[in-house]
Amino acid sequence: MASVQTEAKPIVDESKALDWLRQMMLIRRFEERAEMLYQKGNKIGGFFHQYSGQEPVAVGSIGVLRPDDWVITAYRDHGHALALGMTARAGMAELLGKATGCSKGKGGSMHFFDVEKGMMGGHAIVGSHIPLAAGFAFASKYRGEDRVALCYLGDGAINQGGVHEALNMAALWKLPVIYIVENNLYAMGTSLTRSSAHQDLTIRCATPYGIPGHQINGNDIELMAKTTLECVEHARAGEGPSFIEAQTYRYKGHSISDPGKYRMRDELDSYIKKDPIEVYASILKKRGWIDDEAVETMREEVKAEIEEAIEFAEKSENPPLEAVYEDITAGPFSPQE
Amino acid sequence: MAVFSFREALNQAMTEEMERDDRVFLMGEEVAEYDGAYKVSQGMLKKFGPRRVIDTPISEEGFAGIGIGAAMVGLRPIIEFMTFSFSIVAIDQIVNNAANMRYMSGGQFSVPMVFRGSSGMAGCLGATHSHRLEAWYAQIPGLTVILPATPADAKGLLKTAIRSDDPVVFIEHEVLYPEKGEIPDGEHLVPFGKADIKRPGDDVTLITYSRSLKATLAAAEELAAKGVSAEVIDLRSIRPLDLETLVQSVKKTHRAVIVEEDWPYCGLGAGISDRIYREVFDELDAPILRVASSDAPIPYNKQLEASMLPSVPRILAAVDEVTYR
Repeated sequence: MASVQTEAKPIVDESKALDWLRQMMLIRRFEERAEMLYQKGNKIGGFFHQYSGQEPVAVGSIGVLRPDDWVITAYRDHGHALALGMTARAGMAELLGKATGCSKGKGGSMHFFDVEKGMMGGHAIVGSHIPLAAGFAFASKYRGEDRVALCYLGDGAINQGGVHEALNMAALWKLPVIYIVENNLYAMGTSLTRSSAHQDLTIRCATPYGIPGHQINGNDIELMAKTTLECVEHARAGEGPSFIEAQTYRYKGHSISDPGKYRMRDELDSYIKKDPIEVYASILKKRGWIDDEAVETMREEVKAEIEEAIEFAEKSENPPLEAVYEDITAGPFSPQE
Repeated sequence: MAVFSFREALNQAMTEEMERDDRVFLMGEEVAEYDGAYKVSQGMLKKFGPRRVIDTPISEEGFAGIGIGAAMVGLRPIIEFMTFSFSIVAIDQIVNNAANMRYMSGGQFSVPMVFRGSSGMAGCLGATHSHRLEAWYAQIPGLTVILPATPADAKGLLKTAIRSDDPVVFIEHEVLYPEKGEIPDGEHLVPFGKADIKRPGDDVTLITYSRSLKATLAAAEELAAKGVSAEVIDLRSIRPLDLETLVQSVKKTHRAVIVEEDWPYCGLGAGISDRIYREVFDELDAPILRVASSDAPIPYNKQLEASMLPSVPRILAAVDEVTYR
C-alpha cells in the first residue's frame, strides 16, 4: 500500500505545482482548525469526517480537469470542495451552519455543494452517489459535449449494489465518467480484509465490466494527476469510463467520534512519516521550485486564510427560521402538516 | 374531443413533450425495443430513436440514479418503473437523492424529472407486484405525487409533470391502462394541487383517487337511486393536497368517506382525515370513515384479492354508517 513516493516526472509547470502544494496545505489546515472548533466550543455539529492524509488524491486528480467538468464525492468531502476552488469561507461557514455557507447551512459537513465550481456535492449514503456521476456523464454524451464526470468513493462503497449497476451501465453506454476509489484501507472501522472477498479492487470493479483499471499510489500527487489525465482523455475521446484505485491513508478515525483503535499505532506512524504534503514540498525543493523559507511563508499565508474564514463564518448570520421551508420545491412550498 | 385509452393518453403526453423539448428522454426496462411492458411507450423508439428512448438493464437503483444525475445537469428524464413495486429497489435514490437534492444544496440544484409506472392490484399478481406506495412517497418533502384516474387527467397531469422543475412520482394504475375517455383537443395541461369534483352532491363527500374513482362513482350512482346525493372528489394530486376543495365540500355535506386502495395503517386517508378534522371539526355530523385495502400483504387467490379492494358494497356500507342509515 501507498509506497514511498518516488521522484515523479514533473507533468506540471512550476506555478501549478506550487499551487497544488498550497491547496494541500489549505485542506490540511482547514480540517485541523475545524477539528479544534468542533472540540472546543461546540461550534460544529453532526458527523465530521476528515480527509487529512488523502489530500493528493483530490488535488492531483481535480488539478487536471476543465472548469466545466463535474466532481461528486461521498461524505469525506472537504478536500474535494477546496481543491475545486470553493472558498474556505464558504466551507467554514457551512460547518458552522451559517446562511453564508456553501449549502446555506442546510447541508453541513457531509453535503458541501458549489454549482459554480462543478462541485456536485458530498453525499452521505455510501454508494448512493455513484449512479449520479454516471447521470452527469450520460447528459454530456446526450448533448454531444466532451465534459467528464469525476466520482470519488471509498473502499467501503464498492460492496454496494448500486455501484456495480452504475459501473455496468457506464461501460455499456461508454459514458465519460472516471471512478476513483480512495482506498484508505478502512470502511469506518472495518478493514478491507474483513469486508472485501477480494482485496484487489480493480479486479472487483473494473475487470468485470471491461473498464480500464489503474491501481496506483494515490499519495503520489503527480502520478495521481497523470493517471487521471489519461482517463479524462480516454473519456473525452468517447472511449467510456475508467477506474482508478488510489491507495491512500486517513490519519484520523472514520469521524471525529472515532479514536481509530482498530488500527495499530505503528501503521499510522508509518504513514505520517511519509506525509504526502511534506514529501511533495521536498520534491519541489529538489527541483529548485521552492525553498524552506517560501514553504514557511506559504504555510503562514494558508493559516491566515483559514483564520480569516473562521472569522467570516463566526460573524455570519444563522439562516432565519423560515428557511426551514425554503428550497424544498422550485416554487413556494406548502407544508402538509 | 376524441376518445383515447389511458395508455394512449400517457403516450401522447410523453410524445408531445419530447417533440417540444429535446431535454426530455425516456429511460427504463423494456421501454424501447419491446415498446413498453404495458405498451405505454409504443412506437416511441421508432419516432425518437435510441438516443432518447433507452432500454436499461434490470437495475432500478442504478438507472433511477442516472436519471437524477442527468436532471441535476439540465436534462428532464422520464424514468419508467415497470411496476412501482420495483421502485422499492430504487427508493434510496428517490428519497435520499431526488427529494433532498435541492434542500441540502441550499437551492443550487433542481431535479426536474418524472418517475412513472404502473401500480396496484391487477388480477392475481401476488404480494410483490401489487403495491400501492403512494403514502410512502407522499410523506417525503421535495416530492410531488400524482395519481390520475382518467385519460384526460393522465395526459394533462403527465405533461405538467414533465415540465415541473421538481421530481414527480407519477403513479398509474395497471387496470386503468385500457380505460377509455375523452381528451380535450390541442394543448391539454392539468395543474398540480387541484382536486377535481367528478360528481357534485350535497349529502356526503366521497374522497378518492386513481383506480378507486370508478368504484366510488358507481357507489354514488347507487346512492342517488336511494336518494343520497354524494359528491365525488378525485384528488389527482396527493402532494400537494388540495385541502381547500375538501374543506368546502365537507362544509356543504358534513360527512366524508375516504376511499383508497393503499393500506389503512398510516395510509394516505389517515393524513387526509386528520387535516379535515382540524379544519372543520364543528361542521362534521359523523366521524370520517376510510375504506382502504385490508391490512395484509396482497394474496394471489382471486377471491381473497377482490375482498381487499375498496368495492361498491364496502363504500355503500361506509356511507350508511356516516349517514346513520
